[in-house]
Amino acid sequence: MHRARKNPFNTMGMHGALILYTLIALFPVFVILVNSFKARKAIFREPLALPDSESFSLIGYQTVMRQGDFFLYFQNSMIVTVASLFFILLFGAMAAYALAEYRFKGNLLLGLYLALGIMIPIRIGTVAILEMMVATGLVNTLWALILVYTAQGLPLAVFILSEFMRQVSDDLKNAGRVDGLSEYTIFFRLVLPLVRPAMATVAVFNMIPIWNDLWFPLILAPSEETKTLTLGSQVFIGQFVTDWNAVLSALSMAILPVLILYVIFSRQLIRGITSGAVK
Amino acid sequence: MTRNTLKLALAAMGLVATGAQAQDVTLTIESWRNDDLALWQQEIIPAFEAEHSGIKVIFSPSAPTEYNAALNSKLDAGSAGDIITCRPFDASLALFEAGHLTDLDDMEAMNNFSEVAKSAWQTDDGSATFCVPMASVIHGFIYNADAFAELGIEVPETEAEFFAALDKIKEDGSYIPMAMGTNDQWEAATMGYNNIGPNYWKGEEGRRALIAGEQKLTDAAWVAPYEALAKWGDYLGDGYEAQTYPDSQNLFTLGRAAIYPAGSWEIAGFNAQADFAMGAFKPPVRNAGDTCYISDHTDIGIGMNAATANSEAARTFLAWVGSPEFASIFGNALPGFFPLSNTPVELTDPLAKEFVSWRGECESTIRSTYQILSRGTPNLENETWGASVAAIKGTSSPAELGQKLQDGLASWYAPQQ
Amino acid sequence: MSVPRIRWHIIVFLAPAVLVYTAVMIFPLFNTLRLALYSEVEQARVFVGLENFRTLFFDPIWSEQFWNALGNNFWFFLIHMLVQNPIGVALAAILSHPRLRFAALYRSAIFIPTILSFVIVGFAWKLILSPIWGIAPSMLDAVGLKFLFAPWLGKEEYALTTLALVSVWQFVGIPMMLIYAALLSIPEEILEAGELDGITGLSAFWKVKLPLILPSIGIISILTFVGNFNAFDLIYVAQGALAGPNFSTDILGTFMYRTFFGFQLQLGDPHMGSAIAGAMFAIILVGVCIYLFGIQTRMRRYQL
Repeated sequence: MHRARKNPFNTMGMHGALILYTLIALFPVFVILVNSFKARKAIFREPLALPDSESFSLIGYQTVMRQGDFFLYFQNSMIVTVASLFFILLFGAMAAYALAEYRFKGNLLLGLYLALGIMIPIRIGTVAILEMMVATGLVNTLWALILVYTAQGLPLAVFILSEFMRQVSDDLKNAGRVDGLSEYTIFFRLVLPLVRPAMATVAVFNMIPIWNDLWFPLILAPSEETKTLTLGSQVFIGQFVTDWNAVLSALSMAILPVLILYVIFSRQLIRGITSGAVK
Repeated sequence: MTRNTLKLALAAMGLVATGAQAQDVTLTIESWRNDDLALWQQEIIPAFEAEHSGIKVIFSPSAPTEYNAALNSKLDAGSAGDIITCRPFDASLALFEAGHLTDLDDMEAMNNFSEVAKSAWQTDDGSATFCVPMASVIHGFIYNADAFAELGIEVPETEAEFFAALDKIKEDGSYIPMAMGTNDQWEAATMGYNNIGPNYWKGEEGRRALIAGEQKLTDAAWVAPYEALAKWGDYLGDGYEAQTYPDSQNLFTLGRAAIYPAGSWEIAGFNAQADFAMGAFKPPVRNAGDTCYISDHTDIGIGMNAATANSEAARTFLAWVGSPEFASIFGNALPGFFPLSNTPVELTDPLAKEFVSWRGECESTIRSTYQILSRGTPNLENETWGASVAAIKGTSSPAELGQKLQDGLASWYAPQQ
Repeated sequence: MSVPRIRWHIIVFLAPAVLVYTAVMIFPLFNTLRLALYSEVEQARVFVGLENFRTLFFDPIWSEQFWNALGNNFWFFLIHMLVQNPIGVALAAILSHPRLRFAALYRSAIFIPTILSFVIVGFAWKLILSPIWGIAPSMLDAVGLKFLFAPWLGKEEYALTTLALVSVWQFVGIPMMLIYAALLSIPEEILEAGELDGITGLSAFWKVKLPLILPSIGIISILTFVGNFNAFDLIYVAQGALAGPNFSTDILGTFMYRTFFGFQLQLGDPHMGSAIAGAMFAIILVGVCIYLFGIQTRMRRYQL
């Protein structure tokens, strides 16, 4: 019965395919990281070679570190990303539950209304958003970014989560109601744990564009105290910049924190995705 | 516990510190020159602050590609900095007309500049000037002097000599004759078309005739530069179609290419990166003895955000930028950005001196597409980018390109209809 | 269900999302989209009705660019559907194999490109594909295929496809993860029932698993559609706002950005820019409606 699952030839084939694709996925990252540690001439002479005692150089990192407080930038990026994700997941899940669970007048309409946002890039509303942030004094604060990213993430969150909420069995919820649990308790205690995989999906979907966004930090919070990591490293990648040591180092510094975080949390992430699923 | 006390103490110190500086005015400069960040922080701003206590200056650049969009958004919403670095001509004119820039005509420092220098930041009738001219850039060619010596090549003066030199480099094979790519498109138009073009359309004469509607882009003078560019393709490196601007710069400074069609703004970067001797020559004329024309393009100005709360301090700063003192600091700190001030500035960099010496030998003009002609749709500057690339790649004939540009211009520009 | 009293918990559940979303997203967006109905004449804003849309669709200067961008956008989308999603499904299918070793390692590694910013992706691939610095050419040379190399990003006929494939490379992790989660959520009993009927291996995938993950594939398709028709950053980072060579990589996002915010000497035109944004909005709306009413309702739902 389990013959097909154990066939060694199949296993080799599977590993072969995965290794090949893993190499393709990691190669460009490898190129950037490796070259960020090399002297300028070595980058161009042999872009694929590992740095050796002769070609090793930290000049790019020195240039980058002189230009800004990258630890602060990193902290700003973290705060913005984590806070935005928290609000997206909380507000998004609540709204998705209301839409998926209750029948009320205007349910479908409200659902469509909340989905509108995934169809227009929020960027075109920039001027109006900026005016609002200036009026409320939020310009050059991290809150401006958090609000925008929360609003931007909600449509997709509601869209995906309501899809999953509909799949949660009615028996469970009705059992809860029979036991006299409030709607809030049913949502937070019974339903939320079940849609954890979907929540993880939404989190991943939203985390990346928030972390990597350049536009809103540039417009809403360009001050030194509120600069995000992506904005901080962008200074090195303008049209007139040829200092590839600095560019590669700045890029590496933007990659490394996410990479480390990702490696640390990928287990949790996967567990989140799968825990609700394998039952 | 102790940590909290420490925090509190730090906060108190912070408060005290801000309290002491409360009278200070802080000016923020919006700019696209992120390359110059260190220079502003280390040389220009300290020089200003040393003379003007009570005014602090922050230089806050964004990447050139995002500058216009980001600045416009911030100006519309009222969160832009006090001082605005001005793009030349219509981009800044639009800001002035929208009420974002202040008329600076009444400033005494404005008398330090010629009418030509100011023309890039004036209304069409010249009644208002809204930015202090800062610098112009000159086009030409930078060459690898070691390579020229090695191959026994003389600096070319005429078009024929220019192509003969390229042929010789190509034949020898140890250098790519010319470092330019078409991937970013603007290189082909700016360092190609507008670099060599003034010699064909006779600089200001042709440019003004085009604006007046007396010449057309289908005229021989305007098509001939495309015919010259069509020959360039053979001398560029393999795969130049995907070569980007930084690729070109690196190819040249690594010593792999012999000639670089340049703007003078490259000088500082090239000095830092190239480890061979460099020289510069001006765009070749058609026949020996012809009058030469160069593109001496007013490129950077600096103005005041009309909505600033610190207009007094901002005017003080702008007056300083208009002074000969600033011109001298700026011109020498950034060789290749030539100050526009009437007082001549003594430059020390040999390459920069070479470029600026052409002002004495040749007639100066600005890029043909910048004034008035790029106000409509289709945008002549953008179209020129595409046309220059097409000429080099040979995907369209020069005559076709001239016709396409002329049709586009005539579709909205009355004097050409 | 039909109790006439106000059910406060529904309002509590909906309020935060609706408020934040309306204030920070919908209000600014519609404030901007409204501009599509206006035009600027002599520094004054004038109401012109649908005039801007007429210009966009029928004035040859604009319509040529619009249809070019739209066509490119469909090609961009098609490549994602034909390459990204099948690869994603295949990877997920292999990864969900119950006895596969190192699955976590592969999964993590393959997802890494997705967490990178466009700036990094654009720069890295331009470096690799560059004809000058020779990573791609010398690698092809090593396997004797040097003749296949071309300056892809600089050629009108290849540039868009090349960038679409780079985008596929970047985002393949997303369909992979979603399908992976869907595959794991298939109850073991169903698979065992299939095995008892002699359906194993590849045929189990086609006959049992694939039908069960169709809803996920549907979601992925619509997300890909929306994402592709809003795409902008990668093209902008790699080719600039003019989306060269000769507009061969211009998609609606770059066209809209260039028009709305201006570029180089081209001044920003919020009115035409909003008209383009309005057209993008309509296209995406149509696509989403086709999905919601035409496809999704026909898919079988299964409850956890």
